[in-house]
Amino acid sequence: MIEVNHISKSFGKAGEVSALSNISLNIDEGQLYGLIGPDGAGKTTLFRILTTLLLPDEGFAVIDGMNVVDDYKKLRKILGYMPGRFSLYQDLSVRENLEFYASIFNTTIEVNYALIKDIYVQLEPFNNRRAGALSGGMKQKLALCCALIHKPKVLFLDEPTTGVDVVSRKEFWEMLKRLKNEGITIFVSTPYMDEASLCDKIALIQNGSILSENKPSALTASFNYSLFGVKCNQMNDCRKTLTHWKEILDAYSFGEYLHVKTTKGTIGENDIQEFLLAKGLTDIFIKDVIPTVEDCFIDLMKTKKT
Amino acid sequence: MYFTDWQGKPKEAIIKLAMEQLLAFVRKEVYHILRDRKTLLVLFGLPIAQILLFGFALSNEVKNTKIFMCDLAKDNFSFQLTEKVHASKYFNVVGSIDIPNEADEVLRKGSAHLVMVIPADFSTKLSHSNSASIQLITDGTNPNLASTIQLYLRNIINDFRNQVFEKIELPYTIEVKSRMLYNPQLKGAYTFVPGVMAMVLMIICTLMTSVSIVKEKELGNMEMLLVSPMNPLIVIFSKAIPYLALSLFIVTVILGLSVTLLEVPIRGNIFLLYGVCLIFIIASLALGLVISSITNSQQVAMMISLMGMMLPTIMFGGFMFPIENMPIPLQVISNIVPAKWFYYAISGIMIKGMGIKSVLKEISILLVYGTVFIIISYRNFKIRLE
Repeated sequence: MIEVNHISKSFGKAGEVSALSNISLNIDEGQLYGLIGPDGAGKTTLFRILTTLLLPDEGFAVIDGMNVVDDYKKLRKILGYMPGRFSLYQDLSVRENLEFYASIFNTTIEVNYALIKDIYVQLEPFNNRRAGALSGGMKQKLALCCALIHKPKVLFLDEPTTGVDVVSRKEFWEMLKRLKNEGITIFVSTPYMDEASLCDKIALIQNGSILSENKPSALTASFNYSLFGVKCNQMNDCRKTLTHWKEILDAYSFGEYLHVKTTKGTIGENDIQEFLLAKGLTDIFIKDVIPTVEDCFIDLMKTKKT
Repeated sequence: MYFTDWQGKPKEAIIKLAMEQLLAFVRKEVYHILRDRKTLLVLFGLPIAQILLFGFALSNEVKNTKIFMCDLAKDNFSFQLTEKVHASKYFNVVGSIDIPNEADEVLRKGSAHLVMVIPADFSTKLSHSNSASIQLITDGTNPNLASTIQLYLRNIINDFRNQVFEKIELPYTIEVKSRMLYNPQLKGAYTFVPGVMAMVLMIICTLMTSVSIVKEKELGNMEMLLVSPMNPLIVIFSKAIPYLALSLFIVTVILGLSVTLLEVPIRGNIFLLYGVCLIFIIASLALGLVISSITNSQQVAMMISLMGMMLPTIMFGGFMFPIENMPIPLQVISNIVPAKWFYYAISGIMIKGMGIKSVLKEISILLVYGTVFIIISYRNFKIRLE
């Protein structure tokens, strides 16, 4: 459905700021595809190229058989796009916003009501409220409705859950799943690694390059190390001591734990416990950890650097 | 209907679809304008406040000027003269002093702007030698005002003399009779009403339009609008239409206020007047579009509109500072300011009652400006983000 071929893009007068370098991706029809990466990785630039808003310096991209550069007019009819900084019209009501976006696509709310019904029922009680007075989660839902109102074939969502609370984020992903079942191909970007497992396929992006493109389960399965979660009284000292131990490949904070990476079959929980006790640390708690997408991302990022 | 497919549809259907988009967009713009109460208040308050300020507060006109009399003659002639001065609407005789030396104190305190001294031998000299002198002592701290009220008072005194010597033919006198055409009372309103119109239209059309388009870019709405089947030109058109209507409405408010409150006449054809306004509005709107196409932030758009457009309009528009008094280089520069031509045409039509033939030059220049701005904004219009 979406085919990205060796796309590069740089900004600045002499092209000195490289935003994307040699990106290739492949997204199948009906897939919920996630582009995962930190701020400044190049996610928005890639989205803008695919939504015909920017021209790539090199390479090309094809969506549903149409080139994003030459066939931009045709493409703009079948794309749904929710920009990252999109903020609706604050002084228009919920209903007016939706009606406006429906009419610029020459459709009406009624025609595609079935598609947005699940999301829109939550908004309907606030029909006459100005969009500026909605909560963050509600705003995102309305924005999604606006991007969906013309029943696009492909939906681009640029960081739709940034700045939204955990509950709303969960709801938002459930809505995306339902839309996927309607046959809409969804390309979504996010800086949150925990959302990666909700996608059918993900691409990890860092500094304008793709680190890996895979199914989330396949990606975590490819993590070829033992991973432990470590907690003790002095987390900072603990990390420093562990990183200096030659048996340890890496140690980094991960929530309230330290994640400790070792080569498979070398040391176990007891070895680490003894080592830390010998260094004078107390309250030690160690557990086995199943690697997450974030662990894979950190691993890929560090291997790439060295 | 899956999505709009314009290909293969008859032309009428395409036009109908485009019109629907345009209508929806215009409706949205009208909501924006009407719901932004503060801006709306400024838009209407500004011209009204300017008209009232210029009309009543900031005027150079002589009206009810306070004067003191020092009547040393105290006879029939001097009483008649005092009466005549007091009767005119330009002067109020608010008091009198007995000796001319007190004039200094009166002027210093600001109790009067002028002291008129009638000498004791006024009547005698007038009857016997046909010539008498009167002393006018004026507060020279405001030289413009001082010379204006002196001029007015001289006219009244001349009038008085002509009354007294109605039948006497004086040999060999040359009397200069000057007449100010079109504006005999030298009313300030005649110059600033067209000026206020130029300024307000510049603000609404250029500033408001450019800011409102740049706002869509800044808030990310433009991105979403670009990724839609809507022709980007519709965005531009629908931005311009509500401001065009608003501008014409405000022109009507200004004209209404000027005619009723300030007694400024509209001597020329009213349709011609509105026609020139319309051309200027379109040129200013197009200028706003040009500004919006070269900037990405509301602040920059506002700065360019204010500093780059408003300031030259005020400096070189011709209604604040007479262009004829400027050094030649500045006079040449003033020709590139569209507001100058608008001001010339409007004051010509309103005050002098000129017909279309007399303002053809100004109209053509404004038309050229409008066309050039529209072409530039069309050329600059981006179908993508860069």
